[in-house]
This record gives sequence, C-alpha cells and structure tokens, in this order.
Amino acid sequence: MNGGSSRLQTVKRKIRLYLPLIKSLQTFLLLATGLAGYMSARCPIFHFPTLLGLSGSLFLAISGSTVLNMWWDRDIDAKMGRTQKRPLPSGELSAQETLRLGLVLSVIGMAWSALLSPLYAVVIFAGWFFDVVVYTIWLKRRTCWSIVWGGIAGGMPILAGRALGTGSIDLIGILLTLSVLFWIPTHILTFAMRFYSDYQNAGVPTFPSCYGFPVTRATIAASSVLAALTIGTASVLIGVQWGFVRLLAVLSSGLLLLAIGSLLRPNEQVNFSLFKYASLYMLASMILLSIQQ
Amino acid sequence: MKLTLLDRLLFLSTALLTSYQIAVGIEGLGSIPIFVYTLGFGALLVSGLLILILGFEVLRSALVVVVATLIPLSLACGMVWEYLPAWRGVYVVYAVVGFLAIGLSRFARMSPQIATLIVAFVHGVAGLTIFLLPIGVVAAQRTAAGFLLVSLGGALIGLMGLLLSFLRMGSPVLGQEKLLRAFPLLFLMITVAYVLGFNWR
Repeated sequence: MNGGSSRLQTVKRKIRLYLPLIKSLQTFLLLATGLAGYMSARCPIFHFPTLLGLSGSLFLAISGSTVLNMWWDRDIDAKMGRTQKRPLPSGELSAQETLRLGLVLSVIGMAWSALLSPLYAVVIFAGWFFDVVVYTIWLKRRTCWSIVWGGIAGGMPILAGRALGTGSIDLIGILLTLSVLFWIPTHILTFAMRFYSDYQNAGVPTFPSCYGFPVTRATIAASSVLAALTIGTASVLIGVQWGFVRLLAVLSSGLLLLAIGSLLRPNEQVNFSLFKYASLYMLASMILLSIQQ
Repeated sequence: MKLTLLDRLLFLSTALLTSYQIAVGIEGLGSIPIFVYTLGFGALLVSGLLILILGFEVLRSALVVVVATLIPLSLACGMVWEYLPAWRGVYVVYAVVGFLAIGLSRFARMSPQIATLIVAFVHGVAGLTIFLLPIGVVAAQRTAAGFLLVSLGGALIGLMGLLLSFLRMGSPVLGQEKLLRAFPLLFLMITVAYVLGFNWR
C-alpha cells in the first residue's frame, strides 16, 4: 500500500517537473496549427484514429524538441531571471534525465508519425531538425537571424497537418507555413525586448541588441501584417466561407491597429498587447480554418 | 482598475457573439450593407478584445475612441441604407466626415470644447438614428417588432457614452469604479440587443 502511494507521489512529482519543460501554451498553439492544417484539407472530418495519431505524434515531437531545446540551453536559462527557476537550471532535474526525456518523446513522436504517412513524418522530422539542430544548437548563440529558422521550425506542424490531409505539399500549405513563420517574430522579438537585459547577460544575440528597439518594433509590426496577409490569402484559396473570411479580416484589422500603435506610440504595454493579440489571432485563425466547411 | 474573472468572461462572451454575427452575416442583404454592418460589429469585436487584453485603461486611448466611433456610425449607416434609400448619399457623407472629424479631434491639436462638441454631435446623430429608426420602421409595419431591440441597444450605448462623458468632464453621475464594474455587462447587453434585433426582424 505504502509502495503504491509512494510510486504515485513519484509520478506526480515527475509530471510536475516535466510539464514546464514542454512549454504547454506554445506546444498547444503549435498543435492547434497542425490540426488546422489537417482540417483545412479534410474538413469536416471525424476520422478519430487519424486525428488521434496526428495529435499524439505532433504533441510528442513538439514536446521532444522543446525539451531538447531546454536541455541544450540550460546554461543560458540559469543566467536569465525569467528562466532560472525552470526545473533544469534550478537543479530539480538532471541534464541526463532531461536529455533522455527529450530523446524518448522525439523518437516516439516521429515513429508514430511515420506510421501515419511517410511525407507527414518527413515534415515532422524537418521541423524537429530545424528547431533542435539548426536553431538551438547551431545558430541561436551566433546570430540574431536564428529566429528565421526557429520560425520555419514553428511552421512545420501546420505544413505537416496539411500534408497528412492532402498527401502532398501544395501552395496553400506553404502559405499556411509562412503565416506561422511571420507570426513567430511577434512572439520571440517581444520577449527579446521585454527581457533585453536577461538576453544580454546570457550573451544571446537578439534583434534589439543588434539593430535597436525601433527596428525590432518595425519588424514585429511588418511580420504581424504579413502573417495576416498570408493567412487571409490561404483562407481564400482554401475556399473558406465568406463569413469566416469577413471575421478573419476584422481580426486582422485589430492586429494592424496594434501594429500601427506599437510604431506610433511605442511602449512596453502596447508591444506586449500586440504579442498577446497576435497569439489570440493565431489561435482564432486556426479554429476558423478547422471549422470551415 | 483590474479586470475580474467575471469581467473577462463577459468580454469574451461579447467577442464570441460579435464573431458569430460577423460570420453568419445578415440574411438577404447586399454587399454594401453587409460591409457596413461588419464594420460596426467588427469595431465591437476589436474593442472588446482590446479591453480584454489591455484592461480598462485602454478606454483612455485616443485610438480606441476613434475605433469605437465606428460602432454607432456604421450601424446607423447600414440601417439608413436599408430603410431610407433616399438618404443614403447624405448619410454616407455624414458618416465619413463625422469619422474623420472625430479622428482629427483626437489626434490634432484642438480646443477640448470643440473636440467634445464634435464627439457629441457625431455620436448624438448616429445614436438618435439607431434609437429612432427601428421604432419608425416597426410602427410603419415594415419589419417585425424584434427590431426594436436595436433601439434598446442604441439607448444603452447612448447611456454608456453619456456616463463616460460626464466622468471625463469631472461631473460623474456614477463613480469611475461603479461605472467600470457595470461596463462589461452593459457592453454584453448592447451586443445581445443588436444581434437579436438584427436577426429577429
């Protein structure tokens, strides 16, 4: 009885430690893009096994790459106020255990994706490779332009979902990928400005440190607008109902408004609001793409 | 003043309701009135989302005041387009000039009295149109009585505008805290009245 209770406690403790490693909000948003990519090709769909396979394999592959990112960046995380309380830099988890977890999640996720479709698996692997090897290990500490590769990695789940639905990589899939790629700077650059000194202390080159805040704000505004344009174009090409296109246009105008606001009256609150709105916008767009008929 | 969980839920409900209205549109209308109504409901949606994200402080922003002007102007314009075809041209000119004038009053250097006059006039005419026109067309039996809910929405938004104006002028009828506490519910009620009114006619 005691042994069972103690095992349960251990499992609970592990889950509590592992959860922050997968950045649940970011993983959920990327998972939503993957589902939307799939639904954009096959909606309405109620093929439960495929949806379960897509959700499960994507969740595991994204979580695996995020955990490996945390493992590689543990020295940087320890220097930054925002991240030093994470389980790895705070010493609650060992580097070896984190590496093992990241590899296990990645391998299971990719193996599961290979069972669903070879093309889908290739795209998932490309996303994992761009995120872990190109972005995290190779470029993040060398150039502020690494975010482009981080963005491409972030665009892979939606492309994978679309590829699973259509069986090919088409123009719509590429546009959807671009929309996520353009959305990523809003996320990463906002954090780079908000936690500027943290990144400086850790020696990570960022847009604000290389080009200054005004250029960074302009980049965020431009990429937000480009994200809205590409997702709008993709929606029209998919044949989304006009009502949903109208709604998307209204939501895009809010994004445009905040982007202009961040350029005209730059301050931290507006910048962070643009980031929050852009996340909400991306989620809403994905829901619209998923429920369109 | 910070948004409570209930405030957030109310703003979220408003956003979902306006999203629904924008997505389904209004049956039997041409592209121009649909565009104009989309502007109105779109302004409601974006305003609700901005308050949800930025909090009540956003109500002080000039940009939000200008965006919010689109709500009465577009809805009034759409109704005039539908029910008073002879006044279409005049009303469109009034709406465009009114919108530009409010934009100017917020961003150009102008005496506060003139700015207040512009806002009062533009909102006043649009508000009266939204309030009176449904009463007129229902009385003339041109549409079902459900359309009167749009008048109710117009009255509520007018009331909210007045209370906010009195507050800004320093002679509040309701204190800031009480007004902001009531704001999310009032905002939702206005949206419900508009959505039901436009669909039950």
